[in-house]
Amino acid sequence: MGGNSPCASCKLLRRRCAKDCVFAPYFPPDDPHKFAIVHKVFGASNVSKMLQELPVQQRADAVSSLVYEANARVRDPVYGCVGAISYLQNQVSQLQMQLAVAQAEILCIQMQQGPVMPTQQIDEDNHDKSYFLHDNGLIPKFINFDSSSSTVIPDSFKRESIFRHDMVS
Amino acid sequence: MISGRCAACKYLRRRCPSHCIFSPYFPPNDPQRFACVHRIYGASNVGKMLLKLPPHLRAQTADTLYMEAKCRIQDPVYGCVGIISHLHQQIRIAESQLAKTQAEIAVFNSIAREAQVQEIEADSNFFKNLLPEEITAAGLRSYGYGSPSTQTFKFN
Repeated sequence: MGGNSPCASCKLLRRRCAKDCVFAPYFPPDDPHKFAIVHKVFGASNVSKMLQELPVQQRADAVSSLVYEANARVRDPVYGCVGAISYLQNQVSQLQMQLAVAQAEILCIQMQQGPVMPTQQIDEDNHDKSYFLHDNGLIPKFINFDSSSSTVIPDSFKRESIFRHDMVS
Repeated sequence: MISGRCAACKYLRRRCPSHCIFSPYFPPNDPQRFACVHRIYGASNVGKMLLKLPPHLRAQTADTLYMEAKCRIQDPVYGCVGIISHLHQQIRIAESQLAKTQAEIAVFNSIAREAQVQEIEADSNFFKNLLPEEITAAGLRSYGYGSPSTQTFKFN
């Protein structure tokens, strides 16, 4: 909300920027592309409804995630964020296999070398912890990741870096 | 061939033309699919996105739009980004656990090698500590001869 200057959304929509403009805190006038990309994918009206349905303290994060998704969709019009999720799920599966092999190797070594060896307990908490994906319905079953598609996987998907770095290309 | 209106045209309460962009991907038997997508993206944006793409890519696009819309409805703050963040966390935990397990394997292997070396050294020390006649006896025995005292020598 920079003084009399309309926010990026009101500038793009060519309207008066009200004092209580829902977009103003999150779409400053010095970053017009941020709103442009969100408007292109979701539409200003839908973004406004989504923000108004959220408590104020959650709106900044919501805007950041919408910007992220919009960027992903513009970069990859077919798969959007789903392409990235599919890629990461594959990574998790591969790590799961590698870990299973390594843990089997430890068990073999322990059996061969017997009780003379120092007791190496596999971390019981993590061994049973379902830190790999389980189908709890939260993560949809994604379609096969097509490597021939033009999906661009950002270098880091960390929430912190997503919300710190300007993802606008 | 889908007869009647597609889910989109039913929802929008309009006539469904023969070349409706939505009808192949939003069949009338799944009204919730279009409702989700419309709620997040809006019918107009979805139509534009589909029209920009070649026909063979539109089905997958409609599927991914539906998935993302569902994620956003389930998690209005983070949507798909929440899942991506969760996956990154899982990857970090798994990598850490894998590194720890591989380090344990390395420790086991190095202890095993050390045990082997110690065994070899113990054998070596055993022979070093033997008296000369014991070494000779041990050597003769290894060639199939008895102790030196039982040796009989014939002189011509």
